[in-house]
Amino acid sequence: MIPLSRDALARMVALHLPEEGFVNLGIGAPTHVADYLPAGSGVVLHSENGILNVGPKPAAGEEDWDLINAGKMPISLRTGGSYFDSSLSFAMMRGGHLDVAVLGAFQVSKDGDLANWTTGDNGSPPGIGGAIDLAVGAKSIWVMMDHTTKDGRSRIVERCGYPLTARRVVTRIFTNLAIIDVAEGGLAVRALLDGLTVEALRDRTEAPLHLAGEFQTIRQDGSVA
Amino acid sequence: MRNVVVEDAAAAVEGIKDGDAVMMGGFGGAGLPLGVVKAVLDRGVRDLTLISNNAGSTEDDLSLWFEARIVRKIVCSYPRSAKQFAEQYRAGTVELELVPQGTLVERIRAGGAGLGGFLSPVGVGTVFADGKEKIVVDGREFILELPLHADFAFVKGHLADTLGNVTYNKTARNHCAVMATAGRTVAVEVDRVVNVGDLDPEAIVTPCIFVDRVFARSSR
Repeated sequence: MIPLSRDALARMVALHLPEEGFVNLGIGAPTHVADYLPAGSGVVLHSENGILNVGPKPAAGEEDWDLINAGKMPISLRTGGSYFDSSLSFAMMRGGHLDVAVLGAFQVSKDGDLANWTTGDNGSPPGIGGAIDLAVGAKSIWVMMDHTTKDGRSRIVERCGYPLTARRVVTRIFTNLAIIDVAEGGLAVRALLDGLTVEALRDRTEAPLHLAGEFQTIRQDGSVA
Repeated sequence: MRNVVVEDAAAAVEGIKDGDAVMMGGFGGAGLPLGVVKAVLDRGVRDLTLISNNAGSTEDDLSLWFEARIVRKIVCSYPRSAKQFAEQYRAGTVELELVPQGTLVERIRAGGAGLGGFLSPVGVGTVFADGKEKIVVDGREFILELPLHADFAFVKGHLADTLGNVTYNKTARNHCAVMATAGRTVAVEVDRVVNVGDLDPEAIVTPCIFVDRVFARSSR
């Protein structure tokens, strides 16, 4: 069993986004989900710095530094796109107008608490940015992250040890091992990496997992059957 | 007819003094009035309170203000990848008020719009609620967030006419359009100054009533 690559994880998330949905992809790994959106999905990407209908990275030499994404990298505008100020942008985010926000995380609790802005290390200044506004305001909050830390500790926990971004907001967790829904009755496994048993997943997960009937199989390329 | 065009960045920052609160537009480099960054340095003012989304990231932006140690406090949402700021933060020589980005811009909007604050769900149940008043509306908990004002708001526009009407370019609009409502003195650095009547009224984002000074970047 080899955990999904970052590319495969990004593809898996992309394949689940709702057709014609309004979606914000957080900075870091979630930004790469855009590279795997199926042609004709109709998904409209929002970026917090004031743009709807974000298009792909421009060709080398075509960059416009007045046209960037939340990660401050050059992008393009798709046909039908628009620009607006930050207040209107955060009205979209906070006001429940986005269908899905995809965010990275350090930890997610069994109740959907999200910790993704600081590990509390002293030294580096903390930054919160717009992740917290997304976490509170988007209709669905999806997290994509490695299932465990580099030293093998579960990122899906009983209670987050790191400072919270928001309480009870995460609705679905995509990891390099599984897709897990945060449901009323607890964490429900929706899909499992091919070759991984439920017991092996439980061994790598601090919080209790439930099986909601049939679950799907995740292939190594991130597709799900 | 009203004409708010000034000669250069130095004229745009005229009157700034030690201890002032200063809003600086921009998200990263987009929307940052770079001529103002340098003109404020040239004035030799200190102990500024800086209200800005970021704290600089390259050698040629707000990093210069931290390198020169002219900022006493920054109100900011994402002061990451900011080497010069980080050095002073670790040394304890600059105060940081970390604010969620949407709350930051809405506090600025409240300041410009004459509001006493607003109720936000963002930060409830986290450290961002510490020390703030909680108010329940229809069974949901909110935090009372207070307005932000500044002695000066400096932003980057695309075009301005001589009256002070301003358009922006693409994602460089970001916090600029809101900050342009919230400074006691508002100065806009633009790519080009045009004649009254040259701007499509439908395209004007910041109407001239908010704008006190305009200068063209090329005139530096």
